[in-house]
Amino acid sequence: MRIVCAKDCARGMLMIRNVFPVLTVVAVIFGIWYLACVPMNIKTALTEAERAGATVSTPGARERRDMSAIGLALANPAQWRDTFALKKPRLPAPHQVAVELWQTTVEKKITSKRSLVFHGWITLSATLLGFAMGTVGGILLAVGIVHSRAMDMSVMPWAIASQTIPVLAIAPMIIVVFNSIGVQGLIPKAIISAYLSFFPVVVGMVKGLRSPSAMQLDQMRTWGASKSQSFWTLRLPSSVPYLFTSLKVGIAASLLGAIVGELPTGAIRGLGARLLTGSYYGQTIQIWSALFATAILAAGLVAVIAGIERVTLKRMGYGK
Amino acid sequence: MTMTDPSPVISAKGLDLTFQTKDSPVQALRDVNLDIGAGDFVSFIGPSGCGKTTFLRTIAALEQPTGGTITVNGMSPEAARKARAYGYVFQAAGLYPWRTIAGNISLPLEIMGFSKAERAERVEKTLALVDLEGFGGKYPWQLSGGMQQRASIARALAFDADILLMDEPFGALDEIVRDHLNEELLKLWARTGKTIGFVTHSIPEAVYLSTHIVVMSPRPGRITDVIKSPLPRERPLDIRDTPEFLEIAHRVREGLRAGHAYD
Amino acid sequence: MNLVIAAVILWLAAMWVNIRIANGPADDSQGAKLAVPLIFGLTLLAMWEMIVRGMEVPMVILPAPSVIAARLTSSIPILWADFVQTFVKGALSGYVIGVIAAFVAAIAVDRSDFLRRGLLPVGNFVAALPIVGTAPILVMWYGFDWQSKAAVVVVMVFFPMLVNITAGLQETSAMQRDQMKTWAAGYWQGLWKLRLPAAMPFVFNGLKIASTLALIGAIVAEFFGSPIVGMGFRISTSVGQLALDMVWAEIVVAAIAGSLFYGGIAVIERIVTFWHPSQRRG
Ligand SMILES: Nc1ncnc2c1ncn2[C@@H]1O[C@H](COP(=O)(O)OP(=O)(O)OP(=O)(O)O)[C@@H](O)[C@H]1O
Ligand SMILES: [Mg+2]
Repeated sequence: MRIVCAKDCARGMLMIRNVFPVLTVVAVIFGIWYLACVPMNIKTALTEAERAGATVSTPGARERRDMSAIGLALANPAQWRDTFALKKPRLPAPHQVAVELWQTTVEKKITSKRSLVFHGWITLSATLLGFAMGTVGGILLAVGIVHSRAMDMSVMPWAIASQTIPVLAIAPMIIVVFNSIGVQGLIPKAIISAYLSFFPVVVGMVKGLRSPSAMQLDQMRTWGASKSQSFWTLRLPSSVPYLFTSLKVGIAASLLGAIVGELPTGAIRGLGARLLTGSYYGQTIQIWSALFATAILAAGLVAVIAGIERVTLKRMGYGK
Repeated sequence: MTMTDPSPVISAKGLDLTFQTKDSPVQALRDVNLDIGAGDFVSFIGPSGCGKTTFLRTIAALEQPTGGTITVNGMSPEAARKARAYGYVFQAAGLYPWRTIAGNISLPLEIMGFSKAERAERVEKTLALVDLEGFGGKYPWQLSGGMQQRASIARALAFDADILLMDEPFGALDEIVRDHLNEELLKLWARTGKTIGFVTHSIPEAVYLSTHIVVMSPRPGRITDVIKSPLPRERPLDIRDTPEFLEIAHRVREGLRAGHAYD
Repeated sequence: MNLVIAAVILWLAAMWVNIRIANGPADDSQGAKLAVPLIFGLTLLAMWEMIVRGMEVPMVILPAPSVIAARLTSSIPILWADFVQTFVKGALSGYVIGVIAAFVAAIAVDRSDFLRRGLLPVGNFVAALPIVGTAPILVMWYGFDWQSKAAVVVVMVFFPMLVNITAGLQETSAMQRDQMKTWAAGYWQGLWKLRLPAAMPFVFNGLKIASTLALIGAIVAEFFGSPIVGMGFRISTSVGQLALDMVWAEIVVAAIAGSLFYGGIAVIERIVTFWHPSQRRG
């Protein structure tokens, strides 16, 4: 137990030690992002400037098409500022994305079709429902596998193999099949999410339930513990750290499943749909803000599970 | 220590080494003065934490002294390292599991830019030197601990440096294997005439092997005694039962006790 | 209806056989370990066939395995073209580029402690994000053809690889690095002879994770626009036409491609990291 604490304290110190380098790296990334905006957007900016009557180095959008973007950028410093303020830039500047995020979350009513909170909730609800289904199913199957050798030998190889194949490819079909029997919206997406989080949970949970050493199991036997007693007092508690590791993988997979589930049928609600409609209409700022929203959602979900993990493990004595 | 050779191979004068740690500085070596002559076999013995490893590492330029001077072959330790003056054997064998025994031995040779033919020749030679002929093609994990340690000694011998520094090389081995390797090491020393610095916790091992036994004591790490062994260079294992041997062992033990009495 | 009852009986029989094998005397043999999952899989397949036929499930909900197999064999040229477009051109080229880029970045990062401490948490963070979301952007930048799919794969593969390679390069012990110093080895010698080989178990762990991501990335990116060939394109258009047999045929191809890709890397891993305790035989 002491070792775990030492590791925990060390992690805390590591985080403090890393803050400055991490901030630097993030700052550099934003710097590169801003810099990249100029050549990425210069052609659009020049076209618009020309339309507004400005003179530019090489007149005519057609003439500029095959020219080097960096060359054009260097030749037209006057238009640099415009590259950060286009309506449909090839690469929106960070502040444009931030403004869009702000406007579509805080400043929009939650019920509005343009509110990211609204779309986020559509995706999140499918994610959470699917995640819950996948986790419960995964744990039950893992318990079965640990207690039945036949089940172990039958199912386990398939569970492991299924992690090597792109199961996400099934997503569109699930949506359509449910559609054809009249079920739409939440349930089909949740099923994709459940499916994606199911196998990581099975594999991790089996590992966890098997983690007690032969000595610990033998000790249980010397006390005359029944199978269910050793399950509840030894196997299940030992599996908790493994469970949380899989849950973190599982929730990320669930979110991915829900987003991909929104792509194929031209859904109009959800973060996946925002990505898709954004790409139909060339609304790059919308795509980027939806992308950041998914990133924030994913990070938030993983962080929530990590927080529950920390509290639970501490309660259970792993952290002392 | 006074040597017949006027210019010592390793010479430390007023050596100080203090580690800056988070809570408080640790003085690992204080005012260490020692000359080691060519062909000497010098053992370092002393309680845990008295700076034996630190001193050996300073000779190898793995630590920087914070005071005093140290020279190896008349040069700074760094320069001596660049000149490939010494081989260093760590406490664990530390062989690379992805290389065969022969591959492990040839590793420093590759780094130092020996030709392929010469590498093969030296590997064969050193394998014979440590009695591992025929095991060149095996992987480290297929060998016993004693054999691995011999391979790691072979790795330090392969480039034929004049100085061999060994930090508790046999610490993890059982008594019988240890005896055997001690004997082998003495033979090797007699055959090659190398200068050897050897850290150990075992009094019999120190007495059996060395021409000079350096007794150290901790907090701060320093040399309390240097015992010159009157034993002949030719030493069968049963020399350990002779009165001369026991007498030196006794002196070493007394020296260690005296060091302990300080705290 | 009879077929459904037959399916239930078949299930019970197969499970009885499996339980007998699993709890029998030869349960640890190689044969049993192969037979049990195989019996299980084949039983499921047979039941699927029987139930779909017995209950006359419409094709738009679930085609029978025999129908899928027939579609698979009759559409080999299409499936092959899709495979080449998505797997070879999109996934594989992106995978190679992403892995190489990650190696270059990892070695650059490795030379600076500051960069490593700064970039690694960021990399870890990004590796956990749903990066397929970048697909619409990259499709916009690089066009509908395979280049944009490869770009998505590069981004998806890069971060997990970077994190794994960097962690692997830290794998050597202080003693091993000191040993290198006593031989006056330079940075590149130490990297090449000691740290890269020691990092290989981590590298292969990353390569295996990345192999699955690569195929997912290439397929999903096609949902955002593609030429009229490719596995993702075929899946989304066949789904639209309710040609589910074709969708399943593509899924079979994707499953085979995915597991072969993964298996291939696992085989190379066996060869390269033969020395690692987890790979030693016997
Ligand atoms: N890198 C380091 N940083 C801080 N203190 C150190 C470091 N290395 C050694 N020390 C301290 O220096 C002192 C001498 O250590 P050293 O390893 O040389 O002892 P030793 O005689 O080899 O002991 P042992 O017989 O246990 O190997 C110890 O007090 C140790 O704590
Ligand atoms: Mg030591």
